[in-house]
Amino acid sequence: MIFNRPRIVRILRVIEESSTVRSLIFKDDLCSKAKPGQFMMVWIPGVDEIPMSISMMKDDLAGLTVRKVGEASNALFNMKVGSMIGIRGPYGNNFTIARGNVMLVGAGTGLAPLMPLLEILAKQSTSIYVIIGGKTIDEFIFVNRVRDILSRTNGKMIITTEDGSYGMRGLATDAMLPILKEKSINMIYTCGPELMIKKVFEIAQEFNIPIQASLERVMKCGIGICGSCCIGKYNVCKDGPIFDSLMLEEVRDEFGFFKRDHSGKRVML
Amino acid sequence: MQEPDLSIKISSLEMKNPLMLASGILGTSIASLRKVFEAGVGAVITKSIGYVPREGYNNPTLVEVNGGYLNAIGLSNPGVREFYNELSKSKIDDLPLIVSLFGAKPSEFKYMVSILDELDIKAYEVNLSCPHVKGFGTEVGQDPEAVREIVKSIKKETKKPLLVKLSSNVTDIVKIAKVAENSGADALTVINTVRAMSIDIETFRPILANKIGGLSGPAIKPIAVRCVYEVSKAVKIPVIGCGGIMNWQDAIEFFLAGARAIQIGTAIAYEGLSIFEKIKKGIRDYLIMKGKKSVGEIVGLSHDF
Repeated sequence: MIFNRPRIVRILRVIEESSTVRSLIFKDDLCSKAKPGQFMMVWIPGVDEIPMSISMMKDDLAGLTVRKVGEASNALFNMKVGSMIGIRGPYGNNFTIARGNVMLVGAGTGLAPLMPLLEILAKQSTSIYVIIGGKTIDEFIFVNRVRDILSRTNGKMIITTEDGSYGMRGLATDAMLPILKEKSINMIYTCGPELMIKKVFEIAQEFNIPIQASLERVMKCGIGICGSCCIGKYNVCKDGPIFDSLMLEEVRDEFGFFKRDHSGKRVML
Repeated sequence: MQEPDLSIKISSLEMKNPLMLASGILGTSIASLRKVFEAGVGAVITKSIGYVPREGYNNPTLVEVNGGYLNAIGLSNPGVREFYNELSKSKIDDLPLIVSLFGAKPSEFKYMVSILDELDIKAYEVNLSCPHVKGFGTEVGQDPEAVREIVKSIKKETKKPLLVKLSSNVTDIVKIAKVAENSGADALTVINTVRAMSIDIETFRPILANKIGGLSGPAIKPIAVRCVYEVSKAVKIPVIGCGGIMNWQDAIEFFLAGARAIQIGTAIAYEGLSIFEKIKKGIRDYLIMKGKKSVGEIVGLSHDF
């Protein structure tokens, strides 16, 4: 069977997450059975093909969550029910499930890969702390979904905004410290802007807690051969997108410092 | 039992074994190339570097088809100056590193080599065979006069060995091969991907953003074997086989066809980097079984028939 070829699916549902973020739901046998943290290459015919986290998996349905920022994400954002997109994947490694107390730190659409993870964690972890950061109140997505999942378990959601318009004033990473000082946390999961992830990693190391972070790089092939998404000796598409503490340590010369653009040129973060 | 000798020499390029990483695969950073080297290849080749930066084509740049992969990355590269900066900061002296170059005219190649030549690069490969970028690759490599001028201009600029990578998308590959040899090429890499296309039947659209791309993988192996056979019969310089090598049996077939070394790329998509050790072991066992002392002894044996 040919796996690395777009499977055409129709959008079944469009969910308005915020004024700039939408989730698209479609039927796909493979991506609906993916593991948390995996991604898919999404073909927007005539426009582009971009990597997207799988933000929802339920029965035979899968979903992605897109913020309109560039040409491709705008085109995806504007898809209607019935529109056709191509899906290949699921690709990459996945979050592994930790028991005991866990912490999730996310910002913006960085929450997307954390959502399927949270669904699973809610069934088995002791306590779950979810920290969601943003610049201002308008940017938040998935708040009700997180609240709903946490209501079924022993968990707490903490919102932070840089301007103080919602939740606690400050950065998501500021909200980590009081919890880490008080509770023993077994694993920290994170996804969002790389500089935030870097800060989360530094704090986690200070407290000697392992982390799993979902990273992002320019992707072309999605199957680990073109090399576009390299960071250190790893390809984010194949060896990642989930990097554990050891891998982050191995790529410390690049992680949080630079990424590569479409030409392969280094661009400082 | 004597251990067969897998080492080979192409001009001044000495390789511990005849396996090379084909250009375009995992060649963006030195860290990635080093990882491939550590997986057991005799030499690694970078992605093709050009005179100025190129972002390449939009995605989709790759799609799987029956028997292989179709790609049109579009020669994305950071440009020779940026590439020089990155190499000059990396430890490469212990790396059998070959730099692949593409360009439109002799002056561009001359300029690139003049910048790079002080680095500890072991050889160059000139890409005269990319099948899907206007003004480069095959569009240059099918013109004997252009091939002659480019090869000569590079050889004037460097003492390092020069590999010329040829396309099968020409009327007569032997003619181009002879021109490259007579102009001073030290070896010929045969072949690059083959011009091809794939269309999605739901949306009626070509899948690749560039519509046309290059086919690699098992589907092109018989084309590559034929080209290696024809070219190696016609020239005296070493021929390096490339195209659809998936296992040791394929590798042996290329040696018998006349290849002195082989390049592997697409097989990594199927098998990962462990493919190199598997192929090496297969070659070794085959040589023992056939009572041969070295890879060199089986090169071109099919020519006898």
